Amino acid sequence: MRINSVKSLTRAAGRARGERKRLETEVLVCAGTGCLANGSMDVAEAFLGAIRRRKLEARLKLGFKTTGCHGFCEKGPLVIIQPQGIFYKGVKAKDVKEIVDQTLLKGQVIQRLLYRDPNTKQRVEQYAEIPFYSKQHRIALRNIGKIDPKCIDDCLAVGGYTGLAKALTEMKPTEVIDAVTESGLRGRGGGGFPTGRKWKTCREAEDPTKYVLCNADEGDPGAFMDRSICEGDPHAVLEGMVIGAWAVGASKGYIYVREEYPLAVKHLQAAIEQARERGFLGDDILGTGFSYDVQIARGGGAFVCGESSALMKSVAGEVGEPRAKYVHSVIRGLYDKPTVLNNVETWANVPWIITEGAAAFASLGTKKSTGTKTFSLVGKVKNTGLVEVPMGITLREIIYDIGGGIIKNRPFKGVQTGGPSGGCLPEGKLDLPVDFDTLTEAGSMMGSGGMIVMDDRTCMVDVARYFLKFLVDESCGKCVPCREGVHQLHQTVNDICAGNGRPGDLERIEALSDVVVKASLCALGKSAPNPILSTLRYFREEYEAHINDRKCPAGVCRNLFTFRISPEICNGCGLCAKSCPVDCIAGEKKEVHVIDASVCTRCGACRNVCPTDAVEVI
Amino acid sequence: MSETSIDPDRVRSILTRYPQGDGSGLIHALQDIQAEFGYVACEAVARLCEHLNIPLSKAFSVATFYKAFSLEPKGETIIRVCTGTACHIRGSQILADELSSLLDVEPGGTTKDLKFTLETVNCVGACAMAPVVAFNGVYQGNVQPGALTRKIRGGK
Repeated sequence: MRINSVKSLTRAAGRARGERKRLETEVLVCAGTGCLANGSMDVAEAFLGAIRRRKLEARLKLGFKTTGCHGFCEKGPLVIIQPQGIFYKGVKAKDVKEIVDQTLLKGQVIQRLLYRDPNTKQRVEQYAEIPFYSKQHRIALRNIGKIDPKCIDDCLAVGGYTGLAKALTEMKPTEVIDAVTESGLRGRGGGGFPTGRKWKTCREAEDPTKYVLCNADEGDPGAFMDRSICEGDPHAVLEGMVIGAWAVGASKGYIYVREEYPLAVKHLQAAIEQARERGFLGDDILGTGFSYDVQIARGGGAFVCGESSALMKSVAGEVGEPRAKYVHSVIRGLYDKPTVLNNVETWANVPWIITEGAAAFASLGTKKSTGTKTFSLVGKVKNTGLVEVPMGITLREIIYDIGGGIIKNRPFKGVQTGGPSGGCLPEGKLDLPVDFDTLTEAGSMMGSGGMIVMDDRTCMVDVARYFLKFLVDESCGKCVPCREGVHQLHQTVNDICAGNGRPGDLERIEALSDVVVKASLCALGKSAPNPILSTLRYFREEYEAHINDRKCPAGVCRNLFTFRISPEICNGCGLCAKSCPVDCIAGEKKEVHVIDASVCTRCGACRNVCPTDAVEVI
Repeated sequence: MSETSIDPDRVRSILTRYPQGDGSGLIHALQDIQAEFGYVACEAVARLCEHLNIPLSKAFSVATFYKAFSLEPKGETIIRVCTGTACHIRGSQILADELSSLLDVEPGGTTKDLKFTLETVNCVGACAMAPVVAFNGVYQGNVQPGALTRKIRGGK
């Protein structure tokens, strides 16, 4: 049913809330990409089957829904039972009967399905008490995991589209822009450009045809918050975009989504259709006369299309090459019209700012980086997943308090932030407050929020090589410094990793990086040397070991080390021999095992499974 | 380039989704062709260009720029090894090498019997379960070296 006024929105939301209140218990199954991969659809079907067969809906006043990503993907599939807040992880379809019998019918908690704190070894019953969640402050992710993203009523029940109603009926466009400016919101996609200022310039541009776009081309490897928002709360993104369109005076827009995110496309498409049907998109939104509509543009798998001018070319069906930005895209963007482009997380923040007020947002975080930021905390950390925290929190708090520290309590070596344009920070920088400016000063950057934790078994030269390879593949080839310069940097680092490094290589890298930074056309090239410069700055001795001693201390660059099982430590458990894909480990049970180095492929499987850390790098 | 026969009716049904003479539908139409036939078939592209009224060279410049498009037919099972950063530091390169030597193809290639295509992908956004390998879009997380060899040999 179409909603034509604020009043009818309030009524619809009230009805949706009433539906929810009627329920005494609610079972939520996470159906984000991570949990789906772990089999959460089977779990959901098992629940639906049990609910139908045993008529639980009527007996228990039970509600059931699949939600977006809870962020704690590693422990999936996740099942949450409300209002008790019981949190079960690693649930399999065969556990469903027990959950119904014990928890739903008898109110008993099943211990073995509870999360166990890896450090205290304590089982934790409540969702909210798990350190991974308790330290978070969720704004952009506010509804994710609570609502069924495919159901617009569920979204209305938690206050969806009230920000839009307020903006359209109580605020002038310029007041919306002022609110966003006062909130201090900066672009969450990497650049950190003040959102309010972007909107203002676009509004003031002369051309009457304007576009408002959403960048969901989350290309930074290791970051998946935008995917999660599009999958888990697509209406928040749409609501933000309509508010933005109202503010700048646009009537058409696109969401540019990565080809690799099929579920995000599906949920966004469904949300767009529902929003049109209800009158939150299309003509005469909420009966105010304002019109704005959105279409999805699917990307073609090119990292450079995350860059604004390349993205706009791609939306227009062209090859996604950036252009020099003497004139910014807020003046001449898509089809040469004034265009506002913000990323998914930025848009998801906008409705909250309008409903809760700019001051509430600005009171969080630091002075120049207000609000919260979502990070994808991944790599060699115990609790991996999505975390949203106030800006200014330290890296240590994120990695140790929320992340629970390094897997197997190995030594921390570095943390990579900002994707291929960012850098690696060492242990000495762990107490740095995380915000746009301090990260940049330290030689890294916020980027879109990837945070990849590395332990002593990560080779920093290899990490630099990895990013350079990525950028060589993804450079569009339009400008020479990026196309040729990054290629040369990659060749040099490749040689170092292969054991062919030469004295003077590091100096050559630094000189060439300087040219690439200064002379490249777009941000991809300008920031391409960051990974190598930051690792050189903080981990130079590792490069020197590769070049001068022909050694890879971390045991990653395969030409530069061999594995050996320490006879003093090996307890003869035999796990290594079992895991070896080339059968090159020999030894009797309870006796010292030996690796045949001539056959060994240095895959590290033995080192990963060894319970006593007997596999050494020499 | 091997040309298997392309059913003109299937091509036509894709073309009807895009307004005639509007080049901005190019990327979407190519995606649809790829989804329908498993690759961007030359014959289909030629028809598309007539329909959108754009030169063939433009369609191929777009088709070769974006990674999503393949001009070659793909294997029955498409194995995509995620090489995002999180996967990389948890050993995805070892998995890619393992598959490469097992199937005797480089990433991007297809086995001669058209059974497998091996691809690497920058990030599938399932970083918490790194390293991730997807078999025809079904993700498998926390993959250990050797496990894929066992899976493929077992399935052969």
